[in-house]
Amino acid sequence: METLVYRFEQGQRKLGSAAQLVGVVSSGNLEVLVQSLDLQSACEIEVNTAAVGFGVIWQAVMNDFNQRWQLADCRIAINDMGATPAVVSLRMDQAIEACLEQAK
Amino acid sequence: MDSRQLLVQLFPHGHEVTIADDFISGTGTLDGQDISVIGTSSHTPIGVEIALAQARAVLATVRDYPQRPILLLVDTQGQRLRHRDEMLGINSYMAHLGKCLELARQSGHKIIALVYDQALSGGFVTSGMMADACYALPGATIRVMGLPAMARITKVAEEKLTALALHNPVFAPGPKNYERMGGVQAIWDGDLAQCLRDALLQADARDQRSELGQQRGGRRKSQQVIDAVMLQAAQTARTTLTARVE
Amino acid sequence: MSSYLEATARQRVAALISEFTEFLPPAKEWTSPHLPQLNAPVSFDDGVIIGRGTVDGKQVYVAAQEGGFMGGAVGEVHGAKLVGLMRAAVIHKPQALVLLAESGGVRLHEANAGLIAVSEVMRALLAVRAAGIPVIVVIGGSNGCFGGMGIVSRCANVIIMSEEARLAMSGPEVIETANGVEEFDSRDRALVWRTTGGKHRYLLGDCQMLVADDDAAFKAAIVQGMQDSIQSEVALSLAALEGEQEMLTARLQDLGNKIDPMDIWAAMGVEHPEDIAILDTEAFLQLTASIRQTERQHG
Repeated sequence: METLVYRFEQGQRKLGSAAQLVGVVSSGNLEVLVQSLDLQSACEIEVNTAAVGFGVIWQAVMNDFNQRWQLADCRIAINDMGATPAVVSLRMDQAIEACLEQAK
Repeated sequence: MDSRQLLVQLFPHGHEVTIADDFISGTGTLDGQDISVIGTSSHTPIGVEIALAQARAVLATVRDYPQRPILLLVDTQGQRLRHRDEMLGINSYMAHLGKCLELARQSGHKIIALVYDQALSGGFVTSGMMADACYALPGATIRVMGLPAMARITKVAEEKLTALALHNPVFAPGPKNYERMGGVQAIWDGDLAQCLRDALLQADARDQRSELGQQRGGRRKSQQVIDAVMLQAAQTARTTLTARVE
Repeated sequence: MSSYLEATARQRVAALISEFTEFLPPAKEWTSPHLPQLNAPVSFDDGVIIGRGTVDGKQVYVAAQEGGFMGGAVGEVHGAKLVGLMRAAVIHKPQALVLLAESGGVRLHEANAGLIAVSEVMRALLAVRAAGIPVIVVIGGSNGCFGGMGIVSRCANVIIMSEEARLAMSGPEVIETANGVEEFDSRDRALVWRTTGGKHRYLLGDCQMLVADDDAAFKAAIVQGMQDSIQSEVALSLAALEGEQEMLTARLQDLGNKIDPMDIWAAMGVEHPEDIAILDTEAFLQLTASIRQTERQHG
């Protein structure tokens, strides 16, 4: 297992909803837990992954994600069991969309 | 320990317990009180027939001997692994035995179990583990599954599981680990009749295993989770009540 | 039609339960303390969702096992969530406890802790019944319901299955590994479903309702199960268990020498047992209406 941590400063968009969980920790899949809390406008992401040694790819996926959403005061926790970058991005987006849906 | 020797030690003043086809049943006497003795021997696998036979003995006790304590003697290699047993619904036979023991407890019978040799999960989960309290002899083995089979199913290397089984309470098969985790109340050594006497005095119908696991340090998370769930359920119930009152 | 089989546990809860409030929502705090040492990933809900909600306007407590995570198997936290839910049910008295079961039984990665947990779940479930609250188990996931959970399920008042579902103790692979392919060919899917699948369990009387793989059908069956429970005795009783003893004894006497489940169905009066597998749910229920073992003696 590997743990990877990311922090993006100066986010723009607050979600302000209750915590949301999307996905299942099964082979090739992952779960994404999104919570709102005061992080001085930052977005923190912690990834626990069974696929070791893919730090570069995770960084790219997270950079893309942050560019897409620019979240502020948001903590994301991921348990991953070997999902592809495409599936990771999909689940993360689904989780954010669930938050937005809930906040309506 | 051999089942016959065990019976002599448990009931020094005599017993009328028979062992036929690895099925133990009958009555033992302790301090003038009769005790129903039910169990298995020779590491027998638990199939539909012997599960049913044990259940029959439990029901007979409930029906004919109110308040009589029940002593379960456990020595099994686990559930029988046959197509026929699955076809007939061995899970139903096992559940039936477990329900009969629960009925006995609810009807006021004290239920003590003793693992005197081997106990493997499926052969034990609806008998010994349904007792008020489960005890074990020092040389007993209690385990979920043999390591090679576990390695195959979990896809964890057998060497790794073997190493863990040496010292890790979650994997080690000894009764001391089960005691630390709250699964076994205590280990019986020395005067077994006295151990049985004490066990009957202490018997409690409440399932205290998670509390014990927390107190003894072998299984700390379980009681914590149970408490947290019950707290939240209570808070949710109060919220609903408040909402209704408003 | 919305497939229950293909849904996640959370999706099943969303489809079947209204006004759902989750107890112990997913959090790092509630992950398994044992999986990391085997280099296995954890899950924030440890593979089971618990909480309360309503079905048909009636208060229920619900648990849904996630078959995708560790096969839905029971570890220390998973089991404790179930036990906590059940002990809370005894206090707060919902009108039913609904268990959406999908599990391989004891989580081998947590060995001893998993075994003790399953046993605690069994006692806790029976305590719910003792409090007069009916326990309804739903089995419809691709992993089926095996091992200790296969036993726990048969401690419930009502079991609802689909034909895709399986309910048993030991999995065919375990049996094949122990006693050879002649004993049980785990790759013979037709045999596996004849032996452990919903239709066979329904014919034996080990499940009370068989439904199509559809959320609406499962929901209707849960509602039916709750209604049926109002008129019947929910707690254990000597009379009911003696009846179950008779039923299980007769099953052994009458069917214990059969080799294939089709022989059992033939003995029960099914004229063309070879057709059972291909009948859809409706046709199967119609055909078997008159001959199915009743659950009069179900304890």
